[in-house]
Amino acid sequence: MGRTDARRACLVGIGETRYAKWGGITDRSEYQLAVEAIVAAVADAGLSMDDVDGLASFADDRNEATFAAADLGLPELRYATMSWLPGGGGACAAIANAAMAVETGAADVVVVYRSLCQGQFHRFGQGPGGRAPKGPARVPGIRKARTLLDAHLAFTMPFGMFSPPIAYAMVLQRHMHLFGTTHEQMGEVAVTTRAHAARNPRAVMGGRAMTMDDYLGSRFVSEPFRLYDCCLETDGACAVVVTSHERALDLARTPVEVLGSAQGAPRGFGHGQYANVGMPDDDYTSAGARTVADRLWARSGLGPADIDVAEVYDHFTGLVLLSLEDFGFCARGEGGPYAASGALAWPDGALPMNTHGGSLSEAYIHGLNHVVEGVRQIRGDSTCQVEGAETCLVTSAAGVPTSALVLGRR
Amino acid sequence: MSDASSAQTDERPAKPRPAPIPDHDSAPYWKALHEGRLLVQKCLDCNEFQLYPRDRCLACRGPVAFVEASGRGTIYSFTVIRQNYARPFRDWIPYVVALVDLEEGPRLMSNLVECDPDAVQVGMAVEARFEVVSDDAGIALFAPAK
Repeated sequence: MGRTDARRACLVGIGETRYAKWGGITDRSEYQLAVEAIVAAVADAGLSMDDVDGLASFADDRNEATFAAADLGLPELRYATMSWLPGGGGACAAIANAAMAVETGAADVVVVYRSLCQGQFHRFGQGPGGRAPKGPARVPGIRKARTLLDAHLAFTMPFGMFSPPIAYAMVLQRHMHLFGTTHEQMGEVAVTTRAHAARNPRAVMGGRAMTMDDYLGSRFVSEPFRLYDCCLETDGACAVVVTSHERALDLARTPVEVLGSAQGAPRGFGHGQYANVGMPDDDYTSAGARTVADRLWARSGLGPADIDVAEVYDHFTGLVLLSLEDFGFCARGEGGPYAASGALAWPDGALPMNTHGGSLSEAYIHGLNHVVEGVRQIRGDSTCQVEGAETCLVTSAAGVPTSALVLGRR
Repeated sequence: MSDASSAQTDERPAKPRPAPIPDHDSAPYWKALHEGRLLVQKCLDCNEFQLYPRDRCLACRGPVAFVEASGRGTIYSFTVIRQNYARPFRDWIPYVVALVDLEEGPRLMSNLVECDPDAVQVGMAVEARFEVVSDDAGIALFAPAK
């Protein structure tokens, strides 16, 4: 699809509810929080709900756009999509889909949203079907397998493999074996982004400083992952408003342009904790994002050296290293040394990363909060503002079919 | 740790492993394991091996058939699980989840047994052990090769 300059997509509004540790939000439902975030984002844009004609989200969303559109009183729903890319892989794709709708004229103002209250449904660390436990956790029931994803569980559950840290621990174990990646290098990601969170009043772990000794002293969950290698389990919601450049010029906020986007996966790379175990070394020990990265750079006309700040999906510290490799900030196998060089630290690192604290320290909203932080950086509003930032890479989850964006201003 | 102490006072009967639910692609695989045989799929067109069981060959999309595997392999990667609050696994902590490269090529997820979790290494030679887990399914566990 061609696009005219006037219709090129911009992010013009961001909205967030409060973020809390799982179980911390009980007075509002996950769906109410979704609506709250959408309303906040539209207000931030200086638009009215009467201007909104599209809603977009990504896989595993319980909060259906067709209900939200009605409840929010949209005058006319012209566009409603959910990206197939699984939870963590889809935030950037949802933005890209909204951008495509705007650029083709299918819709004028599309709000991308995610609400995720693990305390109200299940904690991801407990595996599929797990509940926020009052007593001892129970094994999720594969007798209820009804989906292709569930069917995969037959190959994992009998072996006590039903939570993400276990699956990705084996990826990092192999990466350590091949490249000598160390615990301290993974710890650098945890400690650095915790320091960023300390400046962010929204961050769930903002008040909890972490040293490398704290990191190394945290208990092993699934070796090589310790507790502090794993992202938070939280409650909260956020939203982002996408519209055309033409329309953005009439709004109060600095328009943040989508300079490039890409989504997908290499051959054979699938979804689920078992899907990728048979992949060749080169893919198994990657973020699975190399093809996405190549297309992102080609479409944006930019490269790693042009990026001022990055918001990289961080469900596990080690996978951040793999994403940095896939997107070309360092060579294959060099993610660990790159992190250990201090590159990721605000304000002086070569690539300040996760300036909001990320999923490890701000909140786990399936990475849509990373897009929100990217918008803040380009506006100049971050609590860890990279001075004069003009380009921001935002990535979605490593290890699943995924997506990425370059945000910026010209 | 409150969870550890509650585990000690838990006097309920032991809980079995969750059993796999066979589907159209996997039923012969689970049935064979029930009988103590490990199968892999082989492509009738290009001779590539694969697991998990699928309708078609991943390499060429050709038709596939099940063939018996030797049960021997090496550890490709692994993790030592030190936290899992779900029964029965919490009673087995620490336990090892491993990816095993079978001699025939396919990679399989399993548990490593009969082995000190701290002694596991990538590349270790292992061999299959079979366990019946339901009326229609067994599983393959792996132990260090003798």
